[in-house]
Amino acid sequence: MASILTVDDSASMRQMVSFTLKGAGHDVTEASDGKEALSFAKGKKFDLVLSDVNMPNMDGIELTKSLRTLPDFKYTPILMLTTEAGLNKKQDGKAAGATGWIVKPFNPEQLLTTIKKVLG
Amino acid sequence: MAIDMEQFKVTYIEESLEGLDIMESSLLGLDSGTADNETINTIFRAAHSIKGGGATFGLSSVSEFTHSVETLLDQIRNEERTITSEIVALLLTSVDVIRDLLAAEQHNENIDEERIEAVKKQFDALLESDTTSPGQTSSQEIKAESNQEQNAWLIDFRPHPDMLATGNDVVRMFRELTELGKCDINVDTNNIPALEDLNIEDCSLSWIVTLYSTCTKQQVEEVFVWVEDDCDLIISPLTQNESESSIENFEAIKSEKGKTKEIGPELVTKPIDRRNSGDRRTPTKNKTESSSIRVDIDKIDALINMVGELVITQSMLSQMGEDLNIDRLEKLKDGLGQLERNTRELQESVMRIRMIPISFAFNRFPRMIHDMCSNFGKKVELKVSGESTELDKTVMEKIGDPLVHLVRNSMDHGIELPETRAKLGKPETGTLSLNAFHQGGNIVIEISDDGAGLNKEKIRKKAIENGLIDESEELPDSKIYELLFQPGFSTAEKVTDVSGRGVGMDVVKKNIQALGGVVEVSTVAGQGTTFSIRLPLTLAILDGQLIRVGEQTYIVPLISIIESLQIEKNSINSVAGKADLYKLRDEYIPVIRLYEAFDIQPDSRSLENGLLVVVEGDGHKAGLFVDDLLAQQQVVIKSLETNYKKVEGLSGATILGDGRVALIVDVAGVIRVSQHGSNQNINSIHDNGVAA
Repeated sequence: MASILTVDDSASMRQMVSFTLKGAGHDVTEASDGKEALSFAKGKKFDLVLSDVNMPNMDGIELTKSLRTLPDFKYTPILMLTTEAGLNKKQDGKAAGATGWIVKPFNPEQLLTTIKKVLG
Repeated sequence: MAIDMEQFKVTYIEESLEGLDIMESSLLGLDSGTADNETINTIFRAAHSIKGGGATFGLSSVSEFTHSVETLLDQIRNEERTITSEIVALLLTSVDVIRDLLAAEQHNENIDEERIEAVKKQFDALLESDTTSPGQTSSQEIKAESNQEQNAWLIDFRPHPDMLATGNDVVRMFRELTELGKCDINVDTNNIPALEDLNIEDCSLSWIVTLYSTCTKQQVEEVFVWVEDDCDLIISPLTQNESESSIENFEAIKSEKGKTKEIGPELVTKPIDRRNSGDRRTPTKNKTESSSIRVDIDKIDALINMVGELVITQSMLSQMGEDLNIDRLEKLKDGLGQLERNTRELQESVMRIRMIPISFAFNRFPRMIHDMCSNFGKKVELKVSGESTELDKTVMEKIGDPLVHLVRNSMDHGIELPETRAKLGKPETGTLSLNAFHQGGNIVIEISDDGAGLNKEKIRKKAIENGLIDESEELPDSKIYELLFQPGFSTAEKVTDVSGRGVGMDVVKKNIQALGGVVEVSTVAGQGTTFSIRLPLTLAILDGQLIRVGEQTYIVPLISIIESLQIEKNSINSVAGKADLYKLRDEYIPVIRLYEAFDIQPDSRSLENGLLVVVEGDGHKAGLFVDDLLAQQQVVIKSLETNYKKVEGLSGATILGDGRVALIVDVAGVIRVSQHGSNQNINSIHDNGVAA
């Protein structure tokens, strides 16, 4: 199945996302902030990146910008997990090169539905 | 796939509590005027995660409340609002509220709705002034198109050249559209530039899609929601009749531009389940109270290392055992020595897992002192040292309340008001120090203030009033200060909110003793007071003095032993029909004959043939009459209560090196039993079959 990088500074969120995705048979790599995620991305290709926006060290927007400069991540779907659906963060994310977003709170079923759409 | 969200809740609550601690300490940092963007961001992030997780894991009360907090913080972060001390105070209050909400969730308790409502109102009042509620912006879009005759959509989709760079694949969107209904997808290749001008990363194609579906416009829009700013999109409704003509329209466009071609095979309609299952909260049974422990990875690594060495030693020994001859005896001895070392180290590293830094207990004080300063109008600086000193988790949990009480006491009674201090020539800001350090197998925690010190006369007067001592009684200073810890003693002239709420220092002392610790006070009038708490490192292991009575070995906790001495005949005073008293320097202490207390055969019943172990428990001294003192060693405590039943006078048992069971003497218990002196009590020890 797909290889997915999930980035969130909240351990419970990571746990939930990772548990859900693994349950659906995906290969999941967890990172606790943008910096860590970027270091993983430099060593491995992923089919999909799910990233929180607000994180210490490197936030989701910066991560997206940096990922898009890597040849392997030029067209990789990057989804932002965000609660700020109505706010300008969404646009910042898009401007940085994010594919789309999943609005928090979401439940595992919603997460899987969205991911299925992206991965086909 | 049904996934139980309950399983993530424990992690969520744990990390949220940590987040609240971070919020709190950062807010306190702001208070002292060091506001910077990173601090605000840190606070915001913590609130943001708590809110997000709360909504995800079904703690709606938490997420709803935190939403207001987050909104306010967002305004501060975006410099729409300047942070004032009122805002800091409100945010600190909200930290408490969220903590309560989480605790209520954790322990399945009720929440104080009124208090939360009151704090919420404060937020609303603050936020109302200049913000618009975010809910309003999207309401327009949501207006559903309720055109019943409409049964198809014409979608004119013209991506901007750079749309693909966001990882959005046109195929995905078409796939989603086909899930809504049958689609006719036509590509418009008119805008493809000449080959030499072609940038392969750009999207130069456009599409016109006729979607035969009774779905709402919103559903169609949702498909394109991620790219709404990366494309020109026109979605127009078609009725049955129109849909035919729309094709004609399209044909017209086609012929006009002359270059479009049809793509896509016959697409099949699939029903789509759009039910939003939502987060339904499952009723929780058996809440797990924080029974987990976070362990530093280094400790685990050390443990694994140790087990590795143990395995090597074991295999070495077993190899030796296969052909053992006398020449190899020396090697065997080495091997056994190594095994002993391994075992000891293994024990130490296992014990270390339960150890957490005392900062866990100290962390609450900056906030507490901040609050108390504003309540009392005092100025106090908190100095903390040795916060990385480690303490057993159970001890840590139980030492929290006594510490709070002692700190409150220092804040309330110790440190003077700024004016008073100024008059005395002291700096207006008082100092309260918390210090923790190791001292010979114990942990010492000191709470010192540079306040007024204890008032000897006042304590004496109060003790006389309360009938604790006689008016004529002359007491040394140390004895007077010890009166503080007597039940029913309180010098506070008025009962304040902080200390003197009926829970006295006697409770503090009792709690500390329950942990096998002692508390002492030292003071210099006008210069301050220091309370020292001495605690065992862990509750599972005890430093014990092995004593022998007849054939039995008992263990007396080293912490309760004051001294051990050879009994001098001249110092014994026998009170007729009652217990013996032993004159130790200038005080008389009762002698407890352990063989009597435990009803066993001693070597000798005559006092001068044995030894006296002077112990103190619950503030009372006594001499334990024993036959012999054996070694001092650390013993692993096994509970009698869980394995047998509670026995007065004994606090547990342990297994000695030779496999025998030794009982651990509960000094306070033995003294209590012997003081009440009734045979019944002593019998109760006998009846319980104490002799091992």
